[in-house]
Amino acid sequence: MEANDGAAQVLARDQESFRVLVEQHSRAVFRLAFRMTGNEHDAEDIVQETFLRAYRALDQFEARANFGTWLHRVAINCALDHLRRIKRREQELYLERVPQEEEGDPLSSLPSGGPTPERLLLSVELKKKIEGAMLELTHRERAAFVMRHFDGCSIDEIGKALGMHGNAAKNAVFRAVQKLREALHPMVNS
Amino acid sequence: MRHLTQDELVLFYYRERGGMDRQQAEEHLQACDLCRQEFASLAQALEAVASLPLPERDENYGREVWTRIRPRLADKIERRWNFILPLRTWALAGSVAVLLVVAFWGGRVWQQRQTMVAASIPAPARERILMVAVGDHLERAQMLLVEVMHQDAGGQVDVSQTRQLAEDLVQSNRLYRQTALRAGDAGMANVLDELERVLLHISHSPNEISGDDLKSLQHQIASQGILFKVRVVELEAQEKQKSAGSHRHGTAL
Repeated sequence: MEANDGAAQVLARDQESFRVLVEQHSRAVFRLAFRMTGNEHDAEDIVQETFLRAYRALDQFEARANFGTWLHRVAINCALDHLRRIKRREQELYLERVPQEEEGDPLSSLPSGGPTPERLLLSVELKKKIEGAMLELTHRERAAFVMRHFDGCSIDEIGKALGMHGNAAKNAVFRAVQKLREALHPMVNS
Repeated sequence: MRHLTQDELVLFYYRERGGMDRQQAEEHLQACDLCRQEFASLAQALEAVASLPLPERDENYGREVWTRIRPRLADKIERRWNFILPLRTWALAGSVAVLLVVAFWGGRVWQQRQTMVAASIPAPARERILMVAVGDHLERAQMLLVEVMHQDAGGQVDVSQTRQLAEDLVQSNRLYRQTALRAGDAGMANVLDELERVLLHISHSPNEISGDDLKSLQHQIASQGILFKVRVVELEAQEKQKSAGSHRHGTAL
């Protein structure tokens, strides 16, 4: 059974059945939350809050909707609320993310070069640039960009999730892309 | 020749509609060095962003999350029941769910019992919901088992589609098994338990398996008579639906 069918909706009203949904969707919610915050601790808080809020709001879930999509919307709104709450200390938290040695190499997507010391240094710098640029986005721009870029949501889905018209959602994505490109310009260009 | 705007390039990158028609945009990008360079630069920046690392969470993560939220979930339920309005909302939701089930059988039992519909779904209603919903699940499971049994076990066998279907079915199977247990239907719960083991076996397989692995899987299904058991349970579920229907007709007469 897909998690979105009517029977699931009914059955999910008790805890045991809801557990199945939690197990099924936790990792996806974590990924979304981490991309929104850039911080594991915050992402964990958002994951928990998302499921608690979803459980409370199960009555509002429409049987014909996809449970994953609906949960995605709940998660995005939890993340936005969370970001609002921690706005003052956001920058500090964002820069305390995953340890350097576990991180990937954004430079790998760029043409040319082997792992020279200069290139490694550039990779670290680029990572910082990207993180900083993400931080500079408004919460809605970040949400729209994360949904579009990482989760492949359509502009319509983003608009619905963020409670904005399609054009506003599209503009949020445009602005986010533009800001990111400007921030990365000296390091990433053709 | 009109150049693509920045926004149109973004839309093109994300394959979103809007701005220039996609085919026109493609043709333009082939013909225009300026736009092609601009698009390459955009793609490069976005791909660099996409390469940002993501902390991994293993397959037990969902269980860990559940352990953490479970106590708070109970708290939330308790609080809800302390308020009249949420109680009424639950009662209404429960009523709608039961109404749907009872409409399937028709008759007037619902009229006699509607006052019994309370905030939660009563066990008989839960069982009837299960009977209706589980039918489709068992049918899909049977199709999967039949497909596996009829697959030719020569050389490497592509089971990617079967594996995908098994993955889908595992989650629902677990849900139905747990519900069957709670409804006191041990027979169905046992068969669903056996079915779940096979589904897990398939869903954990690679997309391509050897002929020997396929034979082993076929042997597992055949030796335990799972296909037969699933058929029997499905028939029983149908019978339960029918008997509920005839009982209701009898009452109505």
